[in-house]
Amino acid sequence: MQTICEFDRLIPGRGVAALLGDGTQVAVFRLFDDSLFAVANRDPFMHANVISRGLVGDRGGEPVVVSPLLKQAFSLKTGVCLDDESVALEVFAVEVLGGEVRVGVRAEAEASA
Amino acid sequence: MSKLVVIGDGMVGRRFLEAVTQRDPSWDVTVLAEEPRPAYDRVRLSAFFDGVSAEELSLASDLPGVDVRLGEPAVAVDREARTVRSSAGDYAYDKLVFATGSYAFVPPMEGADLEGVFVYRTVEDLESIKAHASGRRHGVVIGGGLLGLEAANALKLLGLETQIVEFAPWLMARQLDEAGGGILKQHIEKLGIGVDCSTGGTRISAVDGRLLMDTNREGVSYETDLIVFAAGVRPRDQLARECGIAVGERGGITTDLACQTSDPDVYAIGEVAAMEGVCYGLVAPGYAMAEVVADRLAGGEATFPGADMSTKLKLLGVDVAQFGAFDGPLATTYLDPVHGSYAKLVLSDDATTLLGGMLVGDAEAYPLLRASVGGKVPAKLADLLGGGEVEGTLPDAAQVCSCNAVTKGDIMGAIHDEGCVDVPSLKACTKAGTSCGSCVPMLKQLLAEGGVEVSKSVCEHFTQSRAELFDIVKVTGITTFSELIARHGTGSGCDLCKPAVASILASLSNGHILEGEQAALQDTNDHFLANMQRNGTYSVVPRIPGGEITPDKLIVIGQVAKEFDLYTKITGGQRIDMFGARVEDLPKIWRKLVDAGFESGHAYGKALRTVKSCVGTDWCRYGVQDSVKMAIDLELRYRGLRSPHKLKSAVSGCARECAEARGKDFGVIATEHGWNLYVGGNGGFTPRHADLLMSDVDSETLVRTIDRFLMFYISTADRLQRTSKWVEALEGGIDYLREVIVDDKLGICGELDALMAKHVENYADEWKGVIDDPEKLQRFVSFVNAPEAPDPSIEFETVRGQKFPAGTTARSHTQPVLLGTPERK
Ligand SMILES: Cc1cc2nc3c(=O)[nH]c(=O)nc-3n(C[C@H](O)[C@H](O)[C@H](O)COP(=O)(O)OP(=O)(O)OC[C@H]3O[C@@H](n4cnc5c(N)ncnc54)[C@H](O)[C@@H]3O)c2cc1C
Ligand code: HEM
Ligand code: SF4
Repeated sequence: MQTICEFDRLIPGRGVAALLGDGTQVAVFRLFDDSLFAVANRDPFMHANVISRGLVGDRGGEPVVVSPLLKQAFSLKTGVCLDDESVALEVFAVEVLGGEVRVGVRAEAEASA
Repeated sequence: MSKLVVIGDGMVGRRFLEAVTQRDPSWDVTVLAEEPRPAYDRVRLSAFFDGVSAEELSLASDLPGVDVRLGEPAVAVDREARTVRSSAGDYAYDKLVFATGSYAFVPPMEGADLEGVFVYRTVEDLESIKAHASGRRHGVVIGGGLLGLEAANALKLLGLETQIVEFAPWLMARQLDEAGGGILKQHIEKLGIGVDCSTGGTRISAVDGRLLMDTNREGVSYETDLIVFAAGVRPRDQLARECGIAVGERGGITTDLACQTSDPDVYAIGEVAAMEGVCYGLVAPGYAMAEVVADRLAGGEATFPGADMSTKLKLLGVDVAQFGAFDGPLATTYLDPVHGSYAKLVLSDDATTLLGGMLVGDAEAYPLLRASVGGKVPAKLADLLGGGEVEGTLPDAAQVCSCNAVTKGDIMGAIHDEGCVDVPSLKACTKAGTSCGSCVPMLKQLLAEGGVEVSKSVCEHFTQSRAELFDIVKVTGITTFSELIARHGTGSGCDLCKPAVASILASLSNGHILEGEQAALQDTNDHFLANMQRNGTYSVVPRIPGGEITPDKLIVIGQVAKEFDLYTKITGGQRIDMFGARVEDLPKIWRKLVDAGFESGHAYGKALRTVKSCVGTDWCRYGVQDSVKMAIDLELRYRGLRSPHKLKSAVSGCARECAEARGKDFGVIATEHGWNLYVGGNGGFTPRHADLLMSDVDSETLVRTIDRFLMFYISTADRLQRTSKWVEALEGGIDYLREVIVDDKLGICGELDALMAKHVENYADEWKGVIDDPEKLQRFVSFVNAPEAPDPSIEFETVRGQKFPAGTTARSHTQPVLLGTPERK
């Protein structure tokens, strides 16, 4: 897991992008209820790193982020694209520790837990 | 398992396969297909020249139990042994279906096999025509029927000077009478395509790399680069002939009304069938045959229901339609050579029943007429003949979609019982509108007739329309999204309702759009106050009111673009876009622009974009009012105004209208005595000219009326509804609008004026608000944990001396254009 910023830096209802050590880009979102989600930042349709700048909300109760380019919705929980289920964003582990937000690859986080 | 072999994977063969597998999936089916690709939509073949790819035309579907052997033509049938031999092997059958279609007929003529001579039937034909046309100048189409006109259209699209040569005395002689053919010719010639009727080619020879075609007419020959034969089709009955199956006198495999041939185990469908001696050259009768045989193979008793040979096409922008009988006991005609339209209706001798007819130049009445054939004349003759949209109701038995034999009753059933609410769901449910598409306008009318109202609720989180939410916000004074959704909606919102509410809050002047909770509502573009482009970079568009700019400011734009390496382009809105800005550079760029006196141009927002102007009285010898000054004043008054959709405007200094004001949401045109105000125009997908709201008014009245127009629109329009659609949707239209905002019929003008006054008073530049606020500036980074690092995945390449997102320019499919080259001495 890697620290990316202070929790207070995140605006409720918006996302930020973080650059991991290996060059991976992760989009991290803080929702209005202060829950956190992290998914890959790369839009699988247009291949630009912009997911962090999408709007969040819900579709039928499922928390989603909507790509700012062509507006496909992705589940924040599973990364699956609700408009084309053959496409998904990688989901990352995210947590708050001592007021700081940390993200990491799922498998890694589970192994260390 | 019983074995079924189908020869031919064309439109009808494919429809047959779908029908068979649906009715009786137990058949073991083999399809022998000569073409290298699975069935495609031959009817729409010409769309290939509009850039539609062969893949997009495909009708291929995955069918269980069906083995399609592409590129493997059948070469012989042994009826004794019940086998079909293909180029690759033998296949046993219990039942055999011929769906081999037709081939293009080429009249026996010397030179018809020369290079540069083509037919028009398959994707491969079109590919070779395209390849040959490249770099050449002139083409001849032999045949002036449906197919010939399509081919001529294609050659014109390929940039060739085009000549049609038709043997019959007029165009489309099988569908039209002489008067109709004459009007059609007038249209086609106006488009620059030559038409010679009563002319037949006799010989083609190659001369100096070009082709020369002689004709039956003394002294008439054509020198050309390319010849396309579209002189009719002939059934592909060769295989059937060779194995002793009966064929018709004029070709085609003879069948009865059950599509059975002289061998009871062999069927023929589609263009190759001569049903009771008649070959049908359209897809709809072929589809009906496919259904008949599928039913028979499943043990049914279906017979061919008869064919509707109606046609409608729009070629080179000319509507031509023919339906039902071509001529009859009583015919009325209407000819308007001035507007180039012709209509003919054929009636029963007691003038009660519509038997058929034709329309040229204006075919608006076609869906209604075609569906009424065999029934009562559906409206007043004068209305039907005179052109334009006609109102009338159809009986339930009327066929709406003839390609797929769907009646009005079927459609109404789908609306009421299956819950279809729009054209896509009707298509899925009934198949209507899925082939040629000419009945789609009719489907829309029937939806309205069936009482389907399009839901106006904003999204799944708010049942209210945008206008209702606007009222709620205005009346309750709610200033945050969370309060609004908690009190009046459900869930946590989405990409539809959040920006809509953000816009409402902004229209009602609630401070900076990135302040507090509002920041979380804004669409990406509003959030970064810039338009996101395809590679994740942004564009920068400073406001240039009225398109007037000083040389000093121009220089600043140039310097900024140079320093930050931005692509620059002059827009249609008389200002300058700079593209390719990285998110972390936006504040630095805007710092320089703001310091030089620029403001945000709101190119990213659903807001006022620009007010274009012509050069006006100051310079132009025609000008009657100062259009530039007025445009600048209007742009500065309404800058930053958030609205349901973008707003555009223009001011012209005289009736010559150089600023194209009538294509705008609100357009102003100067008169000798003042100004004319037009509203509800737009360019875009469906262009519409603005309507005249007031004429000859002074500047003060003009501005007051625009104030009210805008605020009334902002208060009552739907989400993403532009002013044109909004005006059209107002009950009473432009006259009602005038009553409300000029005569104050609803007594709301005072309130509208106050709303606009508040906007004007509270306006502040959004970009200045950001660069002066360190908290907001923090957001303009690519990475929260590496504020200085640019996104390493963004790459550019250089084209025409400027930068472009890497990889995009190569993606364009456009053909090169020959450029004018300055003479070199
Ligand atoms: C440019 C163009 C525009 C048209 N526009 C319209 C229109 O607007 N409206 C309309 O109703 N109709 C239109 N038509 C006609 C319509 O396309 C045909 O009526 C329809 O395609 C007939 O279907 P089919 O399956 O009988 O024949 P096809 O679609 O021609 O299919 C026959 C298939 O059988 C294959 N085949 C032949 N012999 C063998 C063999 N021995 N072994 C294996 N395979 C074989 C052929 O290669 C072909 O793929 C148009 C046609 C063209 C060319
Ligand atoms: C001396 C007289 C004229 C001057 C100085 C003049 C000036 C201009 C200018 C500067 C433009 C460019 C506007 C832009 O870039 O958006 C323009 C466009 C235009 N002018 Fe004129 N014009 C004159 C006469 C006319 C006349 C007589 C007509 C019509 C009869 C006309 C029709 C148009 C049209 C339709 C456009 C828009 C074309 C486009 O945007 O491509 N103009 N004119
Ligand atoms: S609209 Fe009239 S005044 Fe304006 S530039 Fe054109 S001709 Fe001149």
